[in-house]
Amino acid sequence: MYKLKLIIKREFLAKVRNKSFIIMTILSPIIMVGMIALIAYLNIKNSEEIRTVAFVDQSNIFTDILIDTKTTKFVNLSALPLEVAKEEAVKANYYGLISIPKKDSLDRLAKSIAFYGEGSPSLSLISDLESKFQQKIRDIKIEKMGFDIAKIKAANTEVEIITEKFSGEKASKMGSILKMIAGASFGYLIFMFIIIYGTSVMRSVIEEKTNRIIEVIISSVQPFHLMLGKILGNALAGILQFIIWIVSAGVLMFIISSSLGADFSSLSSNAPQLTPEMTAQMHESVSGNLNLVLLELKDFPFVTLFASFIFYFLGGYLIYSSIYAAIGAAVDNETDTQQFMFPVMIPLMIAIYVGFSVIENPHGPIAVAFSIFPLTSPIVMLMRIPFGVPWWQIIISMILLLVTFLGVVWFAAKIYRVGILMYGKKPSYKELYKWLKY
Amino acid sequence: MNSLLKVENVVKNYGTFRALNNISLEVETGSIFGLLGPNGAGKTTLIRIINQITGPDKGQIFLDGEKLQPKHISSIGYLPEERGLYKNMKVGEQAIYLAQLKGMSEADAKAKLKIWFDKFDIGNWWNKKVQDLSKGMAQKVQFIVTVLHEPKLLIFDEPFSGFDPINANLIRDEILALRNNGATIIFSTHRMESVEEVCDHIALINKSNKILDGNLIEIKKQFKTNTYEVGLVADDLMVLEAELAQKFQISRAFFKSLNNDLKLNIKLPKDETSNGLLNYLNAKSQINHFVELVPSANDIFIQAINNNTNV
Repeated sequence: MYKLKLIIKREFLAKVRNKSFIIMTILSPIIMVGMIALIAYLNIKNSEEIRTVAFVDQSNIFTDILIDTKTTKFVNLSALPLEVAKEEAVKANYYGLISIPKKDSLDRLAKSIAFYGEGSPSLSLISDLESKFQQKIRDIKIEKMGFDIAKIKAANTEVEIITEKFSGEKASKMGSILKMIAGASFGYLIFMFIIIYGTSVMRSVIEEKTNRIIEVIISSVQPFHLMLGKILGNALAGILQFIIWIVSAGVLMFIISSSLGADFSSLSSNAPQLTPEMTAQMHESVSGNLNLVLLELKDFPFVTLFASFIFYFLGGYLIYSSIYAAIGAAVDNETDTQQFMFPVMIPLMIAIYVGFSVIENPHGPIAVAFSIFPLTSPIVMLMRIPFGVPWWQIIISMILLLVTFLGVVWFAAKIYRVGILMYGKKPSYKELYKWLKY
Repeated sequence: MNSLLKVENVVKNYGTFRALNNISLEVETGSIFGLLGPNGAGKTTLIRIINQITGPDKGQIFLDGEKLQPKHISSIGYLPEERGLYKNMKVGEQAIYLAQLKGMSEADAKAKLKIWFDKFDIGNWWNKKVQDLSKGMAQKVQFIVTVLHEPKLLIFDEPFSGFDPINANLIRDEILALRNNGATIIFSTHRMESVEEVCDHIALINKSNKILDGNLIEIKKQFKTNTYEVGLVADDLMVLEAELAQKFQISRAFFKSLNNDLKLNIKLPKDETSNGLLNYLNAKSQINHFVELVPSANDIFIQAINNNTNV
């Protein structure tokens, strides 16, 4: 045990002191936060820009609805003929010009409104205008039919379906989204960790082989201990890196958002103007929703999720990193690893793809099957757990993972033990099979 | 004989290939034991079994009378043929790590390393990275970490490779000093002149089998052919040579001499001694050179392997 500790310590220090590790650890959160900040900044800039749009409304129907918003200013040029108005708009460097001709029927009018501009106009502006005109024409038509617009508006009711479990607990849509995010991020975290640190275990094995230090080491320690020490040492370095990333990204985000605080809040007021009743209604539904979300968070399977995250994280990482260690032992240099890497990547890729469908249908047959299959379960099961998984499935999946773990580690240790002392051989699968019997 | 290491009927198979076939050896305490053999004979496999890197399929190994077990790791020092160090680790740190793996405490390792580093005059390398050292320098560090924990049994596989002649002599002297201080040494090499210099005892393995085993001097006696190298001066060398050719089995010899000698190897029948030959030659010529041809380790190696292959 003492030697295992020594090996873990050395592997950890070797990894942590490595320049590329230090650079990655420092740069990654900066790059990540920088990207987010850049996107947010561009968003703010975008929304700050005010477009001036001129219009010539010969029908005189829409003038009253073309009122200024936060992002768009309307200039009424209806007094001018269209051609003159166009020249005027170009001269004044307006964003565009809406031409609304006079037509004898509303339907024909609806087909003859035009937008002139420098290039192709913003899609959101056009669709915004379209819906405004549609609404107006609809109102006019309704009035012509002799109905009272106010009454019809009053008859409009917003319907929201309450989602509820059979057991009587309420389930909000927000809750589902949170579950999706929690599951997906845990699953993805495991996926990333396996790939990054599994490869790093492999490299470290290859390094010992090419440095020819391996025989010196294994005359002092058992190959299995060396392999285990390597896997655990790298895992510790990885966990440290992830913690640094999460903490520093959090701190950076906090600093940036507090310095840009005002701008961020202006983002939300960018929404279209709302009538007081609508705002009140929305507020009510949001706060109602929030209550529901809180309610749901309360019985969110935090303990199960966390405990199973630890279990599947360890299981998945140990299985894959011992396979990576065996690959590293079997080859002489990194270019030879390709033929063995591909079959290892397949179940990981499948797990991520299946993960997407899990989010759609967490209890479908595909989701269940892959969350039990041990090479994909660490990722897929974690994505399912927030949605509630029957205990028997979790137990079967965990037992299978454990059995597979023992089998794979036994198998990998055999390959490793023989492989580390083989030089100058480009092994085939047949060769590896033979090593199992040495 | 008090033997530190006893190998009994060891068999090792790799798949269908038999790497070691029923090998038995005894290594006397305090001796230097040459483990010789051509490439691929099975030497490295045997050494790895002694180091518990792999296990034998059959047979047993005893160290100091006890069955070989994991606790013996700290009693063995092994310098493998394929050797190296972590390139981006500092020399001192690395040496301490390797010593700790052999069961030394950090403080003990530090103190002993200091002595060795001073002895080899490399104290200022402590904080250098291995990748900044030359090959010979790295070999010195490697040698130190092999012997640092003062093991009872030392196994050197091609210890002189990577050293220039001066440092090779330094290492040879250190190996002899270790033996004189009580260590038992197994020495595997292809450099026969170094076998001659240091080994007390040799064993020869060929094609997975032990074909020769014994004290080096005894083996030399066993392999000697009762042949003498002579340098003679006479009035008519042609006549002399013809006469000798009739009486003995002769061949031309090659050595440097100051005179224009007739240089011959003369092989005597088993029951005749050198005195008879000397008397005979003395009557016919002036003897400038007379030496018994003792088979070198190299001769023994080649002859034993050839005999074994022909059988």
